[in-house]
Formats: sequence, structure tokens, C-alpha cells
Amino acid sequence: MSEINTDKGSGGKGKPKKLSTRVDFTPMCDLGFLLITFFMLSTSMSKPQTMELALPAKDDVTEENASKVKESLAVTILLGKEDKVYYYFGMATEEKRPEIKVTDFSAVGIRDILLQRNQQVVAEMRALKDKLAKRTISDEDFRKQATEIKANKLAPVVIIKSTDDATYKNLVDILDEMQICSIAKFAIVDITDYDKELIVSVENPGAEKI
Amino acid sequence: MPKVKIARKSTFVDMTAMTDVAFLLLNFILLTSNFVKQEAVAVAAPSSVSEIKIPETNILTIIVDPEGKVFFGMDNQELRVELLEKIGERYDLTFDEKEKKEFSLVNSFGVPIEMLKAFIAIPSESKGSLENAIGIPCDSLNNQFSEWVRLAREVNPKLTIAIKADQATPYPKFKNVMNTLQDLRENRYNLITNLEQMPKGI
Repeated sequence: MSEINTDKGSGGKGKPKKLSTRVDFTPMCDLGFLLITFFMLSTSMSKPQTMELALPAKDDVTEENASKVKESLAVTILLGKEDKVYYYFGMATEEKRPEIKVTDFSAVGIRDILLQRNQQVVAEMRALKDKLAKRTISDEDFRKQATEIKANKLAPVVIIKSTDDATYKNLVDILDEMQICSIAKFAIVDITDYDKELIVSVENPGAEKI
Repeated sequence: MPKVKIARKSTFVDMTAMTDVAFLLLNFILLTSNFVKQEAVAVAAPSSVSEIKIPETNILTIIVDPEGKVFFGMDNQELRVELLEKIGERYDLTFDEKEKKEFSLVNSFGVPIEMLKAFIAIPSESKGSLENAIGIPCDSLNNQFSEWVRLAREVNPKLTIAIKADQATPYPKFKNVMNTLQDLRENRYNLITNLEQMPKGI
């Protein structure tokens, strides 16, 4: 197959032609590529990525240890519909209405706010990552030191509450922001009616609270 | 005019080298990849910067589709048979050897218990079709999903729970799954995501 037939025929005279010992590899090559195509289509090269999530056991959450977050460190994030994010600092109480703001999942949205709140840890983490990139510390040391840095007492504590209009993507996105912003202390909490009210109030500023 | 004689050159192309390359590539692909498993539904996982890989074995896959239907899959074929036996005990169903064998080949499924026998009976090619994607009941009245997870944990205590939910899955549906798992004291999950580049400068 890989040869164009240029033989004009020997005409029956002379010595018998010497048979070539060359083997034609074309069919084998075809077969090889066919198999490659088949395996390429039916297999996957990479294993899926995962994000680890550990929730507290249900019976561990009691009245005493439920709200031990320092008010100055607390950041509450509410996931709304259409990829909107609402946030406020400190605790929400009936007497002291927190200032609630709206943002989104873009790079200048919630990430900027969290990075700003978590400046110290982020700066330390960046220095540590530089060290790792230059190979001055081992992977193990990196992990150990990263945990120490993230356990900073002044690091913000993020409380994530999701409304029923949010999607799973929003939840993963916000957990992702926790990782990007090196926030180790966060919790996923059920939304309260008061939080829902706050969202309504920011969506319709004119409407009075009933 | 003198005749110009053109030397007749052979047009034979040596394919040996190309064959070598083809089989080398084939070897590489065979060794580095793993087969795509057929899943009950196709879901689009959200992306995340997390770089943790899922463990190789002992995975319990929970798939949640955009409508909140729940699908269940366990990776070990022998343990699947054991799980089916336990489920049979729990719901007073008996499965014969053929049904057990057929069930051990199902990677993931989403049918209520009442339909399980019928589901096992249909040929494996059409098991993944849409009319069989009903979802396992996961509400408080009839929480069969909870039973599946509980018995799977009994069968294999080393299981890692991997949740694969669609981007568009509404949060309450996902919360429902998490609540069910939390009731069973399963508090560590792996959320399956696609890899996304870590933003620069942070």
C-alpha cells in the first residue's frame, strides 16, 4: 500500500525476480491509530478535583458554643438570587441594624472585601507562598506554617448564609473565596428571617419595615 | 537526441517508525487514563481553585441534578452485592443471583426502592436513559436515600462521600441532602469540582 506499483511486468523472460523481505507496516499503523482514537474517546485523563468540606456534627451545636464569635471579627455573607452577594459586618440585632451592602462574585466584588478584612493573614500567606516557590521551605513546613498563620486570632470569621434562591454554584464559589482569601474560620449557617428582611430592605430601599 | 534515463526509485515508504510512534502513544494513553464511568445523569460541576484529588477507591458518589433529584453510586462491585442484600432485608425484598450480578454492574442509579427490581431487569444499555432518572426519594416522609447511605456505611466503613451537584442545583435541594447526611453523622464530604486557575497575586 505504501508503494506505488511501478512494475511494468517482466514479460516472462530472464531470471525470476527476487522476492523482497520487506513487510508492509501500513495496516499495523492504521490499527495503532484506530486504537489510539478509541481509547482517547472512551477514557478520561484527569481525576476529578474535589473540595473538602467538613461540617460540625448536628448535636455538637449547642446554645453555649453557637455564638462565640467576636462581634468585631464577624462577617456575615448572604447568598441571594441571580448571583448576588449581600454582606454586613458584626452581628445583626434588632436594636442595632447592620449596614448591609450588595456585591457580586467578580474579582472586585466580595473577594476585595474579604481580602481587605483579612489583610494581615493574606500578606503573611503571600510571603510564605513566595518562600515555597523559591524552595526555601519544604511542603510539610509550608502546610504547618499556613495552618498557624490562618489560625490568627484577628482573622475574620465568616458566616455564610444562603437564601433559598441561591444555587449550588454560589455556595461553591463562596467556599472558593474562603480558600483564595486564606480564611480558615467560616461556617455555613441557616438563614434567619431577620436576614431575609435585611435583603428585602436593601432591594427595595423605599419599602418600610412592617 | 540521447535518451535520458531516469533512475526508477522505489516509492516504498517505511511505516515501521510511524507504527512505533502510534503504539508508544497507545501505551501511554492506556497507562495514564482511566475509563469514563457511565453515570445516571450528566451534571456540570462548578469550578473551584481546590487542587485536592479525589481518592482512588472507597468512594460513595452522590449526584444531585439541577432539579434536585438524587442519585447514588458506590465504587466497589463486590460490596454493591452486599449492599443490595442489606437493602433487601430492610425493605423485605429478595434478589436472586442474576439480579445481584446485574446490580453490581450499575455505577450509579436513581430509582425508588419500589422500582429497583424493574430497574435491574432492564438491559444495561438503557439504564442510563432519561426515563430511569427519577431520583431516590430524599424527603423526611420517605427518606430512602438516608437508608442507602446508612447501609453503605455499614457495608464499607472506609467510604469517602463525594457529592457531585450541578451548578444550577437550587441551594435548598442541596441543603436537604446535607441535612440527611448530617443526621447520619456524616460530616465530611468531598465536593466534586472542576479545576480553575488560582487568581494571580494573592
